[in-house]
Amino acid sequence: MISQDIIRIGNGQGFWGDWLEAPVRLVEQGPLDYLILDYLAEVTMSVLQKQKQADPTRGYASDFPPLMARLAPKLKARNIKVVANAGGVNPRACAEAVRALAPELKVAVVLGDDIYDRIDDLLGRGHEMRDMDTGAPLSSIRKRIQSANAYIGAFPLAEALATGADVVIAGRSTDTALALAPMVHCFGWKETDYHLLAAGTIAGHIVECGAQCTGGNSQCDWQNIPDMANIGYPIIEAAADGTFVITKHEATGGRVTADGVKEQLLYELGDPKRYLTPDCTADFTTIQLAQNGPNRVRVSGIQGSKRPPTLKLSISFSDGWKSTGTLVYSAPDALAKAEAADRIVRERLAGLGLHFEEIRTEFFGVNACNGPVAVPVANPPEVQLRIGVRDADRKAVDRFTRELIPLVLNGPPGATGFGEGRPPVREIVAYWSALLPREEITTTVEVFE
Amino acid sequence: MKLSELAHTRSGDKGDTANIGVIAWRAEDYAILEREVTADRVKAYFGELVQGKVERFELPNLGALNFLLHGSLGGGGTVTLRVDAQGKTYGAALLNMEIAI
Repeated sequence: MISQDIIRIGNGQGFWGDWLEAPVRLVEQGPLDYLILDYLAEVTMSVLQKQKQADPTRGYASDFPPLMARLAPKLKARNIKVVANAGGVNPRACAEAVRALAPELKVAVVLGDDIYDRIDDLLGRGHEMRDMDTGAPLSSIRKRIQSANAYIGAFPLAEALATGADVVIAGRSTDTALALAPMVHCFGWKETDYHLLAAGTIAGHIVECGAQCTGGNSQCDWQNIPDMANIGYPIIEAAADGTFVITKHEATGGRVTADGVKEQLLYELGDPKRYLTPDCTADFTTIQLAQNGPNRVRVSGIQGSKRPPTLKLSISFSDGWKSTGTLVYSAPDALAKAEAADRIVRERLAGLGLHFEEIRTEFFGVNACNGPVAVPVANPPEVQLRIGVRDADRKAVDRFTRELIPLVLNGPPGATGFGEGRPPVREIVAYWSALLPREEITTTVEVFE
Repeated sequence: MKLSELAHTRSGDKGDTANIGVIAWRAEDYAILEREVTADRVKAYFGELVQGKVERFELPNLGALNFLLHGSLGGGGTVTLRVDAQGKTYGAALLNMEIAI
């Protein structure tokens, strides 16, 4: 346990693909104790599992080792620790890649979340792992499973920090655990400190999407948010009593306001009184916010209760094929031309005897995003036609991809925007969520130095 | 008047369910939101866009309501053929709803 009143935890990555400069700037532009990086979305795990099957040295967030190499001298000089779920389905390989590029960094890896090789054993012992939305048993998709992981919480990550590692690499940890783990480690919070754990969890929820709490994707006077090009990523200034401040480095763009933090609190939220994580049950109806100076929002009053007896599973499985293609039609009668083209494509597909689980047509510039609630536009000067199909039969989907570009010559006049050619056929990797008693998951920590 | 005069929103997804957070700009307007922006009205507003039910949760401490729009993302996640696969634009769309004060 480190004796320190306030710890500064910055999130430099809201998803794998987020701004590459953000973590570097968090380290370079002001005080920081912990850099956290959230790399994993549900579908990311299946992509990584396929990479690992093709090459046993892959299967992790490949951006992470070079980032650590770039930051290593500064991390060491200023004693900044890193906590990241960059390990994907191969945390050991990720650790070895970091060590190969930055041998001065001590790395700790958290293992135990990956249950891909244990599924038959779990099914055999009566765990049905029914889908939380449909209620179907996991056995119904057994052969199509591509990855399977249990979401793990902050305590295994805190255990890894306790080894003195510079870098902690996890697989499928929750996003919120990345922020909570340094607090558990530094403040000595216990598994029964429900209110404190809920506070740290909510701090994690606020920062888990990176700049979405510092002015990104915000409706709060967005036209006047300063210097978005240099937007600062969020920092939690956490105190041992469970209160914290959301802020950003001084010299950065963006804006931290109570209204903006509220937007992020509501993001991807379900029942606000029962926000379930492996660490606690957090109650969002107890949160108190106060603007505490420019770009500083103080958060207090948070209450929570016991963690659930189960862990959530993140399982991905192959669920057919899809493809979407577009063409652009211009005035006059842009929408009428696009609608005619859509009818022609559908008639030709039917004429080929092709049937799809779904065909969907959207008209960009008219109603693609909001369908029936889009504000009507009279006579749009241009319309992008987007047609997509989805089916278990790859050949049918592939045939569809041949039906769009011919319209440039054999359909309504004035079609353009076909420069990228035939649209690709993509495998659908769907997501299955289920619950498993937490006793089934045992995590371990391995140190690489 | 339009909901946009009293509130701002953010929306996202959980599978085939979109969520919309509706937040009062001024704390004193929360009571109007609570009265006017009901689950039934949100369901009726979005029409065929929402195939399942609409649930509402209250967060008076934040002057906010949270709506879950079940079956509104064409299967959601990677299955959907929608360009707005995650309902990112639904929050702004709701701001166009007429409310009485």
